[in-house]
Amino acid sequence: MTHPFFPVLVLFFFAGSVVLALLLIAQMVGPKRPNPVKDEPFESGNPPKGDARIRFPVKFYLVAMLFLIFDLEGVFLYPWAVLFRRLGIFGLVEMGIFLTVVVVGFVYAWKKGALDWE
Amino acid sequence: MIIDLGIIAAKVFLVLFMVLNLAGLLGWIERKGSALIQDRIGANRASVLGFAGLGLVNTLLADPIKFLTKEDFIPPQGDRLLHTLAPCLALFPALVTFAVIPFGDVLVVGERQINLQVANLNIGILYIFGMASLSVYGIVVGAWASNNKFSLLGGVRGAAQMISYEIAMGLSVIGVIMAYGTLELQQIARAQGELFWGWLPAWGFFLQPVAFLLFFTAAVAETKRTPFDLPEGESELVAGYHVEYSGGKFLMFFVGEFAEIVTAAGLITTLFFGGWQLPYLMRDGFHFPWGGALLLPHLAVVVLQVGAFTIKVLFFCWLQILLRWSLPRFRYDQLMRLGWKMMLPVALVNVVVTAVWIVLRQQLSVKP
Repeated sequence: MTHPFFPVLVLFFFAGSVVLALLLIAQMVGPKRPNPVKDEPFESGNPPKGDARIRFPVKFYLVAMLFLIFDLEGVFLYPWAVLFRRLGIFGLVEMGIFLTVVVVGFVYAWKKGALDWE
Repeated sequence: MIIDLGIIAAKVFLVLFMVLNLAGLLGWIERKGSALIQDRIGANRASVLGFAGLGLVNTLLADPIKFLTKEDFIPPQGDRLLHTLAPCLALFPALVTFAVIPFGDVLVVGERQINLQVANLNIGILYIFGMASLSVYGIVVGAWASNNKFSLLGGVRGAAQMISYEIAMGLSVIGVIMAYGTLELQQIARAQGELFWGWLPAWGFFLQPVAFLLFFTAAVAETKRTPFDLPEGESELVAGYHVEYSGGKFLMFFVGEFAEIVTAAGLITTLFFGGWQLPYLMRDGFHFPWGGALLLPHLAVVVLQVGAFTIKVLFFCWLQILLRWSLPRFRYDQLMRLGWKMMLPVALVNVVVTAVWIVLRQQLSVKP
């Protein structure tokens, strides 16, 4: 009850109810009139060709990899930022070294063309 | 005990009610606003007894009724379970993110102190990022489950865009956290009640203007609206990740997007524009820098604070809608270049400059 996360739990419960209610109402109230044309995947009127789960450019995986690296870097920065005033010069130098390593990686990725999109 | 529970429930209801209704209202404002900008008439068919001005009330009701009575289409070639799960994953995070945003200071009723915020978490900002980044699953899962080529392209684009701008967003907030030394949003809002040089409110915008620009841009990109609406891109992908959605499930995506706008506006207000702070309004009334004071009862102060927060949030909602109808869409390579090659380096430089500035001030022992 007094736990700081308890109200969040209450909010989760009610937000979840709203979501479920919308789903159920939509399922029950809406009509169901399937027909063969409606059931086809929508491709702007062209007859659909093959499965939609096709291969897509490997670039997107690269973005995901880069995201992991820089998001983790961001996570490391959060506790540092909160305590920064107490850490003083020590904190500045330490995070300076960490950031330098990350920036070297960033420059490498940039020069390699990982951030280009053609 | 019962009263505590009642207060929590009341705050939860208030926040859900406000976010959902504001989302509906924004749907109307967006249509009317776009009509105004593009010189057309807009939503003018829903009126009450012939008064088009009352159409607002009617549209608020007509929208959900229309969506909910349409066929809830599930593509037979797709994945039934994931197709149903996706709109839930899109709407739920948008509704719960608002929990840690304070909409007022403390309301004192008798002996009881009510913190005007659903939950005062000491990891407030992290909670927001944790919840907000969940909404990417709604898009990817929905796109995959639809088994439609437009959907898949939209989903992949959306995922790459959202994770790219999440980095810039996360890094831009670091500067704000360093300036205030806390992740708790209520404390950040309180700290912004101070004055610089005795007259300028110590709002985050004046401390971290670069962070504000980065954060605002990234927030617009996270809500996937023009100029960052490539996952939907009507003219190229029809509707992107929600091509195969109709009826109630489309309504959930739709409400989720507007709820995200409201949350983004609330977060921008809290981090950069003083949250519920009204300039020169202290706990007991106005104290003007040019001398003179206007003392107000406690309740009036709280009402003014909540009112100030609401007006600021509405302003930033309106700004996002104005942006959508004023700017053209980016090309995908431009989008990626802006995110990775401009915003990320600028955010890093902002963090370093802020750090050096704070340490310099500490070393020279200037009063902060």
